[in-house]
Amino acid sequence: MSEILVLVEQVDGEVKKVTLELLTLARSLGSPSAVWAGPGATAEAKAKLAEYGADKIYVAGSEEIVGYVVAPKAELLAQLVSAQSPAAVLVAATAEGKEIAGRLAVKTDSGVITDAVGLGEGFVAEQSIFGGGVNVQAKVAKGTPIVAVRPNSTAPVAAAGAGAEEEVSVALTDSAKAARIVERVKQEKGARPELTEAAIVVSGGRGVGSAENFSVIEGLADSLGAAVGASRAATDAGWYPHQFQVGQTGKTVSPQLYIAAGISGAIQHRAGMQTAKTIVAINKDPEAPIFELADYGIVGDLHQIVPQLTEEVNKRK
Amino acid sequence: MNIVVCVKQVPDTATERKLRSDDKTLDRDAVDGVVNELDEYAVEEALKLKEAHGGEVTVLTMGPGKATETIRKALAMGADKAVHLTDDALHGSDALSTSYAMAQALKKIGFDLVILGSESTDARTGVLPAMLAERLGTPQLTLANKVDVDGSSISVQRLTDYGYDKVEATLPAVVSVVEKINEPRYPSFKGIMAAKKKPVETLTVADAEIDAAQVGLGAAWSQVVDFAAAPPRAAGTIVKDEGDGGAKVADFLASKKFI
Repeated sequence: MSEILVLVEQVDGEVKKVTLELLTLARSLGSPSAVWAGPGATAEAKAKLAEYGADKIYVAGSEEIVGYVVAPKAELLAQLVSAQSPAAVLVAATAEGKEIAGRLAVKTDSGVITDAVGLGEGFVAEQSIFGGGVNVQAKVAKGTPIVAVRPNSTAPVAAAGAGAEEEVSVALTDSAKAARIVERVKQEKGARPELTEAAIVVSGGRGVGSAENFSVIEGLADSLGAAVGASRAATDAGWYPHQFQVGQTGKTVSPQLYIAAGISGAIQHRAGMQTAKTIVAINKDPEAPIFELADYGIVGDLHQIVPQLTEEVNKRK
Repeated sequence: MNIVVCVKQVPDTATERKLRSDDKTLDRDAVDGVVNELDEYAVEEALKLKEAHGGEVTVLTMGPGKATETIRKALAMGADKAVHLTDDALHGSDALSTSYAMAQALKKIGFDLVILGSESTDARTGVLPAMLAERLGTPQLTLANKVDVDGSSISVQRLTDYGYDKVEATLPAVVSVVEKINEPRYPSFKGIMAAKKKPVETLTVADAEIDAAQVGLGAAWSQVVDFAAAPPRAAGTIVKDEGDGGAKVADFLASKKFI
């Protein structure tokens, strides 16, 4: 079976869910090889990759690979593409994942498809564009298909692969070492899952009314083990930090469940959440466009409904 | 400091955007073109750096004739001059072709710093700044929410999932900026009038020494196989809160096995 490279996303040695999704997807199209870029490939991490189907695990454990912005990871993948001639390369469609894909495409003279929400036979990718208004099937016409796949595009399913480890050493070029990371600043984000990876997202908008009131949204999110998002109206008003903005100019999320509270559903917002599997809307305006998307909608005051919902969720757990 | 800001004209996100049925590219005639919103932050950052360090700000755009509207907006904000890379041969260029053509134009113009918005609101690939850095062999300082220049040194805060990375490099460099790095200025009346007199140079594919075989729809490294309007979501259940709205949503979530 043809080899498919999957770039591993990890935090402090813990493999992220999106990587397990990518391995699951790769298994349906060929033989997945996980690519670990940087130090921290623990036995547990490698076992996890094998558990989800990695037949091979390439480990490039050099500290240098994570010491510079993006370029070293692209060089590592380019080296593997040249040595192994894989059928395709899959990366997570995170901001950095897409940048790696872009540089790799230039290096290997290959086409790249970003933000795929599905991938089928012949590496034909499905994309959802223009704020979810148009569905596109696209494929790479030249070189090795490089596809950046959105988190939550498929459910991760375990099915063991051989997990044969192979060490890889990369001699980085000078230009790959041009943008040096001198410090990593971790900001407190608490126990909540990451916004783009979360299976459930609870977002608040203009209707929330104030920064303090976002505690209501956070309460519901925590009861569901969800991430918290915000509409642009809410982040522009300074009620919630900008990095949690979901929408056209913010993050794009594709969770199993999206709960929009006090969000009208303007195109700006819809562009960031329209591919959610199930959408619940809570808004006091029955004419709000968010209700056109909602699988379930409640017309009413979120300040009454959300706390009641949180209590119900906690009660039924 | 010689700063080049790359801007893109995109369809207004408030209008209905379409792909053309003939060649499956964006239908630019059917919609109003506006400056890509995220590029306004790039223009503002370039102007701020010029104000602090001196130099010149050049606007570079690639696109059809009507993209001049976008150039005028950036000039009205305060950029000094503009280069419009325009040629029928460029129509339908994908990210690889676009980055190649833009890199050629940038080499022609010369730069200490290239600044872009982090992505465009139409294609939203977010790959162009990284591709440009790769093609130009310059440091990639992307997704910045803070930019500092000191002589030939540059440092940025690069946004990450966990917070940010402090990144350092030496000019020349490619920077992309995220929304909210600054508050883009509105063009003043004086600025709008002055923009009409600022020089706009037109570059063709030949002028920028771009190999025409490497650009345009025919050269594309990826292609749209098919597209269709997304089927409307099945109408959901909308109910009015009668005091038990929260419990009703909980029932729905339970029926879907979320709780």
